[in-house]
Amino acid sequence: MREKIREFIKSNFNVFSDDLDFADDENIFQKGFVDSLFALKLVNFLESEFSIRMRNEDLDIKNFQCVDSMVSFVEARLQEVGES
Amino acid sequence: MIEFGLDKEEERIVREAAEYSAGVLQPRARENDESGVFPADLLTSMAGQGYLGATIPRDLGGLGLDPVAYGLLMEEIEKGCSNASRLITVQVALVGETILKFGDSAQIRRWIPGIAAGETRCAFSLTEPEVGSDAGGVRTKAEARGGGYVLRGRKKWISFAGIADLLVVFARLDDDVTAFVVEREQEGIEILPIKGLLGNRASHVSEIVLHDVAVPGENVLGRVGQGFSTVATFALDQGRYSIAWSGVGLAQASLDAMARYARKREQFGRKIGSFQLIQGKIADAVTNTHAARNLCLRAGELRRAGRPEAIPETAMAKYFASSTAFRTASDAVQVHGGAGCSGDFPVERYLREAKILEIIEGTSQIQQTIIALHGMRQYGRDR
Repeated sequence: MREKIREFIKSNFNVFSDDLDFADDENIFQKGFVDSLFALKLVNFLESEFSIRMRNEDLDIKNFQCVDSMVSFVEARLQEVGES
Repeated sequence: MIEFGLDKEEERIVREAAEYSAGVLQPRARENDESGVFPADLLTSMAGQGYLGATIPRDLGGLGLDPVAYGLLMEEIEKGCSNASRLITVQVALVGETILKFGDSAQIRRWIPGIAAGETRCAFSLTEPEVGSDAGGVRTKAEARGGGYVLRGRKKWISFAGIADLLVVFARLDDDVTAFVVEREQEGIEILPIKGLLGNRASHVSEIVLHDVAVPGENVLGRVGQGFSTVATFALDQGRYSIAWSGVGLAQASLDAMARYARKREQFGRKIGSFQLIQGKIADAVTNTHAARNLCLRAGELRRAGRPEAIPETAMAKYFASSTAFRTASDAVQVHGGAGCSGDFPVERYLREAKILEIIEGTSQIQQTIIALHGMRQYGRDR
């Protein structure tokens, strides 16, 4: 999951350097690596890739600001699906 | 319409929309354009058809159309009347979908049924006198006060603000933008109609002045401080998709007018459609209109599947379809000659309306930027 998310983020960088990298706890929005449409694409990506459904209250940038927060969010959603 | 993946009910709705557009909207399109008023009875009639809740789920009073069916419906409505199509874009794509996406359950219950029924008329208030393409630079101020907020500033070029009951307003709270749902009945809202526009003349486009308008805390839409990064970007993407299909509708209407006239008009003792230079224009119109529709269908299918590629594909569809509408409408005027410059034919109106499509919900240049960045990410990579 972590690698898929990292790959998606890298494929959406707004900065065109193949050497550019980022840590899993780095805020990719604050770094300026992505544009304003990225959050929109990311929501679609997480939903379709991991078969989860975002609730309205999930649409908080804090859930998506770094790889770690995305992984935690998706794991929590998957766990809920497994329990239901 | 089996090739579009519509169910029987969606097929029926789109087929009826084509008949409604030709029979009800089109005969009044010129009158609307000239009067600068969208008639109340027409709005009520469209609401009765369910079009003002086109994509809203059926259990909330809408038609529950999926993105592809919605697009095909928009193409049909645009052919009849651009202002009617713009009404649906604002009501459904920009406001209804956005409240559905970011609203909490109380907000959805409170506002969506009225929006879907057309009883609550909406306006999407992002643009300002000094803030256009740089939409994140909103200057309207919000100030927290007594558990709610006070809004102060100006919005400009806001479609249907002149008759709206509900405004989605973007304002800067501290350093970040927040989205608010503002009810028109609140004190301090001044609406200044904008007249003499090139197109969208019956869309009640207005300037809104907010004089310390009090908004309850529960009217924040989405998260505080995330009004641009999440709410506005989502709404504009919805709007882009809707306008892309309007481009297809206007291109198709221009093509229909061009072909009809070329079959009938005679010069030099021959139908003008027999001249190859006229055929060249018709060939371009057919090819580009089909291409625009296919781009829109592709975007619609990706949206239906919830794919991330839907966002750049929608930008491509909007860019190409609006440009196609403008080129095709311009050629339609050219084929009509002097008659095309008069009110005797609808093509001069199509040309004016098509130019608007190249500007609203992100100019063609903004779409090109989105598409170019997508292209540089996607293609020619070594690994």
